[in-house]
Amino acid sequence: MIRLLALRELRSLFSMPSTWFVLAVLQFIFAWFFLARLDAFLELQPQLSQVANAPGATASIAAPLFNVIALLLMMLVPMFTMRLIAEERRNQTLTLLLSSPLSGAQIVLGKFAGLMLFLMVLMATTPVMLYTLQLGTPLDNGLLWSNVLGLVLLGACYAALGLYISALTSQPIIAAIGALAVLLGLWLADIGSSAPDSPWHQLSPLNHFQNFNYGLLDSGDAAYFVLFSTVFLLLAMKRLNNNRVYG
Amino acid sequence: MPNATPDLTLTALKLTRSFGNQTVIHDVSLRLKRGEVLGLLGHNGAGKSTTMQMLTGCLLPDSGTIEICGIDLLRHPTQAKAHIGYLPETPPLYRELTVRDYLIFAARLRGMQSADVPAALALALQRCGLTDKSKKLIGTLSKGYQQRVGIAQAIIHQPAVIILDEPTVGLDPTQIREIRTLIRELGNRHSVILSTHLLGEVESICDRVEIMQHGKLIYGDTSARMQQYGQVSGFTVSLRNPPALSALQGIIGVTRVEQLTANQFRVLHSTEQNPSAELLTLAAQHGWQLEQLTPLQARLEDVFVKITDEDAATLRPAQGSARTIEGEIK
Repeated sequence: MIRLLALRELRSLFSMPSTWFVLAVLQFIFAWFFLARLDAFLELQPQLSQVANAPGATASIAAPLFNVIALLLMMLVPMFTMRLIAEERRNQTLTLLLSSPLSGAQIVLGKFAGLMLFLMVLMATTPVMLYTLQLGTPLDNGLLWSNVLGLVLLGACYAALGLYISALTSQPIIAAIGALAVLLGLWLADIGSSAPDSPWHQLSPLNHFQNFNYGLLDSGDAAYFVLFSTVFLLLAMKRLNNNRVYG
Repeated sequence: MPNATPDLTLTALKLTRSFGNQTVIHDVSLRLKRGEVLGLLGHNGAGKSTTMQMLTGCLLPDSGTIEICGIDLLRHPTQAKAHIGYLPETPPLYRELTVRDYLIFAARLRGMQSADVPAALALALQRCGLTDKSKKLIGTLSKGYQQRVGIAQAIIHQPAVIILDEPTVGLDPTQIREIRTLIRELGNRHSVILSTHLLGEVESICDRVEIMQHGKLIYGDTSARMQQYGQVSGFTVSLRNPPALSALQGIIGVTRVEQLTANQFRVLHSTEQNPSAELLTLAAQHGWQLEQLTPLQARLEDVFVKITDEDAATLRPAQGSARTIEGEIK
């Protein structure tokens, strides 16, 4: 059932021209940034070769690229999550799901899985792009894949939050603005607070991505991502059940 | 579908629902047998759609119980909902999917095995007259075809209970006739509840009628009996050369005569004795020159207005009558 809902979600996403357009533009931006970093790395390479323990190609190209993608995702994921439930409610298609033999949990997880699949498609080209570097230089696989893992977990956080906010309203655009506002707020609070032990740092998903970005797998960060996603998925399920109670 | 399906496919007892402090459904009880088409009649805002939402599990009732094929909808919603097909007021269509993909999705959503889907799909498409539209995007179809897709998604998994909220809205007369035939056909093997405010629909397809007013069931009976409700025996008669009123009143069996126009009279008579034969002989004897004799017939519209008006006039005792209806169905 979850698979069925996820595939339906993907199919609807890919039947909209705007999805293809956004995908294309994003690939262009990723590639542009990748080439810019590669260019900078090649220019710096003669100087880097004289430094002992100089950062390699992965650290100077892949890590900044993933950092930019993480930031872009923050603004993009709300655009994709906004439709998940709000639009079903507006088009009255939610009734079909509610009158079908499905639990609220299945509906939420199905939509979440569909969106995660989409985000993975969106991010899939990045490792491919980076692996082309292997033609000329060895790559740090550990760093690369810790970044990918971090990005997936971060995407899950954003998707869960966006899904919950989409469940609160019947206007997709309000869901998008709401999710964007929360994510931007968390990020700004994170970079705005100067004290290193400020609790705001702990709250921001993007801050927890930093360790992954350095190639450091911290179970605390992973637990934060899992917890953040779970809480918002549970809240979304609760909201859907309330739909039955309050009409 | 389970083999031993009970005859009673839907039982709803004492449903109550309020939004805020406004109670919109009072104590509604419904029973539906296999092979029965029930029409839920009522003005706009009478609570038909809310009742249907509760019967399909989209809305929880404040109190009361609902059983679908013997399964408690409130305790085991997923099992019970597999036996329901529901077409809401606005058909729940994904405009970006093709008719075929959408119906496959709907069938799988209701828990059909993927091996059974192609046959069910072909049958649903054929029944709703959508076979040549199956590859079209739903968003590009006309309102009437979209409505048909809505009906198709409600019947594709062959549910025991089919709940249709105003199924013929937006269709043209030919389509309405086709859909009515379809509903009638479905009613032979499944149970169908449909809400409507078109009385012709009730007349032509429903076995039973429940009238809803202000969130209460105020009248319930077979549709044939409803037509006789409050019917008076009598006829209108046109005479080119009418006699005095008293001459008509003198005929045996006549209880009252009203003069409608100079030549037209409405004659009411007792149910036991029909004086039309007597009248004909008298007319021939006295040269009244009879032109027309039409028996009075209560139209469903009149009956409906009469029932709802009666209820509005006596709001309090209506609750008592709802109880007796419930008793009658038992």
